[in-house]
Amino acid sequence: MADSFDVVVIGAGPAGYVCAIRAAQLGLETACVESKSYEGGLGGTCLNWGCIPAKALLESAALAHKLQSQGAAFGVKPVQVEYDMGAAVERSRNISEKLTGGISYLFKKNEIESVIGHGRIAGKGKVHVEVEDGEDRELEAKHIVIATGSVMKTFPGFEFDREKVIGSREALALGELPSKMVVVGGGYVGVEFADVFDAFGVQVTLVEALDTLLPGFDQELGKTLARSYKKRGIDVRTGTRVKSLDRDADPMVLTVETKKGEETIETDLVLMAVGRRPVLEDVGLEEAGVETTDDGFIRVDKMLRTSVEGIYAIGDVAGQPMLAHKGSHEGIVAAEHIAGQNPHPLRHDNIPSIGYCHPEVASIGLSEEQAAEKGFDVKVGKFPLSAHGRALTAGDNEGFVKMVIDTKYGEVLGVHMIGHNVSELAAEAGIGRMLEATAEEFAAHPHGHPTMSEAVMEAALAAMDRAIHI
Amino acid sequence: MATKVVMAQLSPTMEEGRLVEWKISEGDVVQQGDVVAEIETDKANMDVEALGSGVLRKIVVQEGETVPVGALIGVIAGEDEDIETLLREAEAEAGAAGDEGEAVADEKADNEGTAAEEEPGEEVSREPARAGASAGEASADAAADDGGGRRDGGRLRASPVARRMAEEEGLDLSRIEGSGPGGRIVKADVEGALESGAAVSGGRAAAGSTRLADETIQLSQMRKAIARRLTQSLGPVPHFFLTTEIDMGRALELRAELNEQIGGGEAGAPKVGVNDLLLKAAAEALVRHPEINASWGEGEIRRHGRVDLGIAVALDDGLITPVLRDADRKGLVRIASEATELIDRARRRKLDPDEYQGATFSISNLGMFPIEEFTAIINPPEAAILAVGRTAEKPVVVDGEVVVRRRMRVTMSCDHRVIDGATGARFLETFKGMLENPLAMLA
Repeated sequence: MADSFDVVVIGAGPAGYVCAIRAAQLGLETACVESKSYEGGLGGTCLNWGCIPAKALLESAALAHKLQSQGAAFGVKPVQVEYDMGAAVERSRNISEKLTGGISYLFKKNEIESVIGHGRIAGKGKVHVEVEDGEDRELEAKHIVIATGSVMKTFPGFEFDREKVIGSREALALGELPSKMVVVGGGYVGVEFADVFDAFGVQVTLVEALDTLLPGFDQELGKTLARSYKKRGIDVRTGTRVKSLDRDADPMVLTVETKKGEETIETDLVLMAVGRRPVLEDVGLEEAGVETTDDGFIRVDKMLRTSVEGIYAIGDVAGQPMLAHKGSHEGIVAAEHIAGQNPHPLRHDNIPSIGYCHPEVASIGLSEEQAAEKGFDVKVGKFPLSAHGRALTAGDNEGFVKMVIDTKYGEVLGVHMIGHNVSELAAEAGIGRMLEATAEEFAAHPHGHPTMSEAVMEAALAAMDRAIHI
Repeated sequence: MATKVVMAQLSPTMEEGRLVEWKISEGDVVQQGDVVAEIETDKANMDVEALGSGVLRKIVVQEGETVPVGALIGVIAGEDEDIETLLREAEAEAGAAGDEGEAVADEKADNEGTAAEEEPGEEVSREPARAGASAGEASADAAADDGGGRRDGGRLRASPVARRMAEEEGLDLSRIEGSGPGGRIVKADVEGALESGAAVSGGRAAAGSTRLADETIQLSQMRKAIARRLTQSLGPVPHFFLTTEIDMGRALELRAELNEQIGGGEAGAPKVGVNDLLLKAAAEALVRHPEINASWGEGEIRRHGRVDLGIAVALDDGLITPVLRDADRKGLVRIASEATELIDRARRRKLDPDEYQGATFSISNLGMFPIEEFTAIINPPEAAILAVGRTAEKPVVVDGEVVVRRRMRVTMSCDHRVIDGATGARFLETFKGMLENPLAMLA
């Protein structure tokens, strides 16, 4: 086996494997190194212990929730639901396996050498791999791409013990359901797990330090989601900080701090969903002289070049937002740049954020608050789903689509949605924004009827005071 | 990946270019977009930008050398990248092109031997390209209404936000370079143009006013006959000439007053010159006489919706006519600052090709010389050119008395296929009136 490559990608997550495939497409000799880490494997966290299995469980949750709450109304009997978390987890694992197998196939098809083991940079143009089940290898690389991803983060005092204090990795393979649990963190990971476990009959408390759920999204989304969650019985506590945890008590006692003072919550399980941190250790960064930023990412330019010539970094290690689709696109930009092309850099202001909780949330561009701060002459068009045909037929008519526009030039500054299947509407908003469509174009396109996307059209019309159905 | 640096074609007529200066040396690191060299085209000196990043590995064409368009002039590549194959290929190509080039050169020499010694050959060769460009522009404006503009016969690609911004800010999209995929004009490009002040078609005067539409007038039988007969009698462009004398007293007073008010000529402030008054007056008169702001086309006359004034600028070894765009939509001070800047760059040969092509009317001013009056040759496809002599004190009769006045004589050359004597005369009457009652011009 040749040990000399044009490109060696370290990491085969959604950033790394996409980068490897694009590089191979462009005729570069490519190798991709991936270790079977706790949260990784071919396909990275996303396919193994992140996006994909989480969505599989959320579908189980949605089905459970729907049958339980609406089965009879839909004319489906019997509606006495029993939960089998084990089966749900097994289903999610099968899906992960199928997709990671797909990556092996894609690597073969594109003649990418897949090296399983731990890779680290070992001098200029060299990657040392501790090969699993084999002898160490020294790969020569004209270009190195670091795509080592991220791991779960937690707070001091809340260290993972993988039993009583867990992260998303363990939550995706929970053998036994607790009777009550606390999810710490109201970002999209936290709200998704709160949804799953609530649907499976666990008594869930969702704790968020800031004043709304989904901080970073348009505030109205978080507020609407909190209302919806409270209605279905999730104990949502915003503006609440976790202080300490007594793990020895049975049940455990979690102390939290609110504006009113300290409170305690009894719980069987604590799920920490307070973000992730990039994996920078044991990659050989320091020896190679790769600079990092103050907030702990690898410093890169628009073409994803690090401070060292010939070394690129993509995905979660290359900065916020730590999202699979952002990483994949960085992988493409880096591969094309390595191949001597001049790719358009990734537009950071047009990356969708999506939460697959129920109702779903999706957001792209500036929030209403951010647009106002930036001094735009903001106009908001909001279309509620309460009387939306498709949402009503789905039995899921909570939420709204909100379009934020600049009145001066009609530019669509942001689109923020909460409701049935809105995750699928993010792309319409994104492509529209990428092509610099104004609200006029969103409104002028005859959206299929009845589809959820009509709500985007109506929001655009509403932003111009011309909504038809409100 | 190696990136070739080639002699780019920077104007439609450019066949070869001379390498004036390398801005960097072999071994220097280059980022994409960096200026690496300066080249001289048939019209101007222009910068060559790197199309890729890397190290300037090889300078193929030395300073002072002239090579045909498309020839390899340098190679940018990785530090240790093998560029030998690329150099060999380029050498082979250059060899082949060289043979061809010689053949072309020989042919040219022959032509030169037989053709007249003046420059009309060059002018004529420019004509088709220019006619093509104005045809493209014409359809651009026609199509703009339904949201799809045209440029060079293709679509003018611009995002809806870019279009809306350009509309609101009075910018002309066809003058903006697109940076999006496939050269699509996006918001950032319009923002850039707004910042740099380029491509402005409006200004204060534009607010509320609408641009005249381009108009094509089908030829009547009489007009066809006039065209045919006059062409037969007097070369490709049948010229006739109209002369008038203008009292410049009030215009010069206004100019002095204006300069005092705006601090003209002091640091940064534009100074309004006689030439600027002439540009303004011509623009205003052209709006009132659109039949002068026109071109002779194949079987039709084109009246232009925009007033783009060519300003003849003398160079040591020739002349060039930078174009002041949308002169009718600009105030006097703005005309002064833009014209000054254009003329300055014209003299330094720093004009982009689109800055000296496609005027709708031209002015040639020899007023700085002791020239009383002269006739200028029309620059096709324009239909007229105004030749301006010096302003001098002369005795004139006013109300039966002989008094001394500052007078200037202008002669307009007209293309008789487009303009008749009385039409031209009415234009000159308006032009003269503007300068003699300059406040009307500013209204």
